[in-house]
Amino acid sequence: MAHNVYIYILVMAGVTYLIRMLPMALIRREITSPYIKSFLYYVPYACLAAMTFPAILSATESIISAAAGFAAALAAAYKEKSLITVALVACCAVFIVERILPFF
Amino acid sequence: MDGESFKKGLKDGIPIGLGYFAVAFTFGIVAVSGGLSTWQAVLISLTNLTSAGQFAGLEIIASAGSYWEMALTQLIINLRYCLMSFSLSQKMQRDVPGAHRYLVAFGITDEIFGVSASQPGKISPFYNYGAMCAAIPGWTLGTLAGAVSGSLLPAFMVSALSVAIYGMFLAVIIPAAKKERAVLGVVLGAMAVSSLFEVVPVLKKVSSGFVIIITTVLVAGAAAYFCPVEEKEDTDGA
Repeated sequence: MAHNVYIYILVMAGVTYLIRMLPMALIRREITSPYIKSFLYYVPYACLAAMTFPAILSATESIISAAAGFAAALAAAYKEKSLITVALVACCAVFIVERILPFF
Repeated sequence: MDGESFKKGLKDGIPIGLGYFAVAFTFGIVAVSGGLSTWQAVLISLTNLTSAGQFAGLEIIASAGSYWEMALTQLIINLRYCLMSFSLSQKMQRDVPGAHRYLVAFGITDEIFGVSASQPGKISPFYNYGAMCAAIPGWTLGTLAGAVSGSLLPAFMVSALSVAIYGMFLAVIIPAAKKERAVLGVVLGAMAVSSLFEVVPVLKKVSSGFVIIITTVLVAGAAAYFCPVEEKEDTDGA
């Protein structure tokens, strides 16, 4: 590695913190525009959904086990289980399907 | 000091911290197998506190990319925090002094934002401190555990653990999508748009960080235009 790992880490941490800090520090007044308010309300859902799908399908060793994990997580989330429960259910589904797959 | 808010945040943060432990565990494994020391992996987690950005950062370190590439990649992948920070700045109690805002900002992650955005009314910074006190140790210690034991862990375990983060994301968005049709539309729309980037030949060239930003802005923008959130002073989710 030609570059210094610690400078990489400094750049990563610095950029990431600035992104998080600047809007919080600079925007102190209340936003009144209903459009911007609505936009900000929808942002986390759009962002998390975009990060989850289709990326989840290529996260594991095979797309079949990934799809099983996705389906299991969807079902658990639909039942409004906690974050950790949903995550564990997804992991277990992947684990089980990957144990079964070699027999087909 | 607002002990009540802190306790509430800590309580909501514990499942986040546990989930982070699992995801950070995989980060620790990947980091060490990519040539970093255990200490360096832990330092990244402690100072960055983000999943997608850290995984992307590892690739850049491993491929000896430039510092500029590192900065730009982090900016793109983590730009969503800018939107979340913006959103949280509106949710924070109005009289909160600047120092608290600088501290709360460090702990803006998808999940901490998720729980704080879902609190009714304005929030106290101590709610976020509570959540951070559970989430940051989970993330950091998970990285440590993964880095130390990573090489001992068989591949099938790593494969199963790698869906954990997506499970957590779904646990945040699905219950909200169930309650509100507009959120359901946003979730399905965002998944459809990001899938287009995966299959359409020209769009395939767009890097994953950009895909997230473009999708978020397009879908949240369209939803805000077609389904504006009704004015519910001090009780709305945003």
